[in-house]
Amino acid sequence: MTVSIETPRAPRTVRRGGINWEKWGWIYMRVSGVALVVLIFGHLFVNLMIGDGVKALDFAFVGGKLSNPFWQWWDTLLLWLALIHGANGMRTITNDYARNNLVNLILKGAILAATIVLLILGTLVIFTFDPCPAGAAANLLPTFCSAG
Amino acid sequence: MASDVLEKGGPRAHDVVPTFTVTMIVRRFDPEVDNEPRWVDYDLQMHGTDRVLDALHKIKWEIDGSLAFRRSCAHGVCGSDAMRINGRNRLACKTLLKDLDISKPIYIEALKGLPLEKDLIVDMEPFFDSFREVQPFLMSSSKPKDGKERLQSSEERARFDDTTKCILCAACTSSCPVFWTDGQYFGPAAIVNAHRFIFDSRDEGSQVRMDILNDREGVWRCRTTFNCTDACPRGIQVTQAIAEVKQAIMRGKP
Ligand code: HEM
Ligand code: SF4
Ligand code: FES
Repeated sequence: MTVSIETPRAPRTVRRGGINWEKWGWIYMRVSGVALVVLIFGHLFVNLMIGDGVKALDFAFVGGKLSNPFWQWWDTLLLWLALIHGANGMRTITNDYARNNLVNLILKGAILAATIVLLILGTLVIFTFDPCPAGAAANLLPTFCSAG
Repeated sequence: MASDVLEKGGPRAHDVVPTFTVTMIVRRFDPEVDNEPRWVDYDLQMHGTDRVLDALHKIKWEIDGSLAFRRSCAHGVCGSDAMRINGRNRLACKTLLKDLDISKPIYIEALKGLPLEKDLIVDMEPFFDSFREVQPFLMSSSKPKDGKERLQSSEERARFDDTTKCILCAACTSSCPVFWTDGQYFGPAAIVNAHRFIFDSRDEGSQVRMDILNDREGVWRCRTTFNCTDACPRGIQVTQAIAEVKQAIMRGKP
């Protein structure tokens, strides 16, 4: 014998519209994770493996990279994706361990504040960095400083 | 004839089964006496064919009748006797002593993450509450054709075969670190049982269950730790089932 029940135990009220932050947070972690694999390993490869390897790292090397729009945008993407990824991960861990509502709120507020400050500062540095500060010894600067 | 064979046959089976001594350290708790659970040692003479459940029986029947634990079928069917054995969630009736390292003591304790009631018994109500919440029954607005049965192809049946095997032992849910710290999370078992109906072609309530699990404390809480898959005594691919429900929710249909 089969019985057909129209609505057994009326379904509980379904999600109240709006953005489902948990779902989008979950998707963001995976999408940014995939992008980060390329960005982080690309960054490490270019900085540490190519050419003279780690010995090439000095002010001139970094200054040179930060004057190139390609690396400026690479680093900006890396900064924003990784920082928001890390902050969202820390939010998850805070929800795991900070059972006290007030402590939970304070910690997440601190994470949010630190993230915003670091995003603004980082982006500012990437785009306003001066690779040829006046008065510095020329042998410490990128070669294009003395060219002009 | 049968007795003939028995008498002529060689030594009886239990004569050749090797015996050994095991130390069981059981986390005991009597709410009327103890403030805190305490670990108690038992040295037992056991056979190579014995399971952890047999050892618990031996303690209860021969040493201390006050030891409390649940068991019913004793054959891995009812799901009553899930417990932490050497730190892993297992059914006592499906864990052979000889498969554990018997040169060391065997630690037995109640499932973690559910309220401890006595010795190895926990309160299963929070577990069953989240099971109930995903509405684990066939929902249909139509009568089956010819008033008989709801037909389904073998492919359609195979789609959710794995998750039909659940015996609601709670081994998975109580092995999940998210469940330990987040009192609200539905837990793997509820999602497994939602999966069993979400992917059932005869069911019409998939959307309702997917909406329930799209909640704050639903599938997005899962951190892919795989503890649940490791714990499941029925070999259900629990983490995969959860991932499939996530995918279905993102697609908006099973
Ligand atoms: C190689 C690139 C990376 C990949 C593929 C990646 C991937 C992921 C994924 C998929 C998760 C979610 C895990 C889950 O909830 O199931 C996650 C969590 C997390 N990620 Fe990343 N990630 C990468 C780099 C980073 C970096 C650079 C940071 C630090 C800024 C970071 C910090 C975190 C944190 C704090 C969590 C939360 C951990 C937790 O939920 O317990 N990740 N990562
Ligand atoms: S999925 Fe496996 S471990 Fe979880 S309750 Fe069902 S049978 Fe037990
Ligand atoms: S006693 Fe029934 S599953 Fe172990």
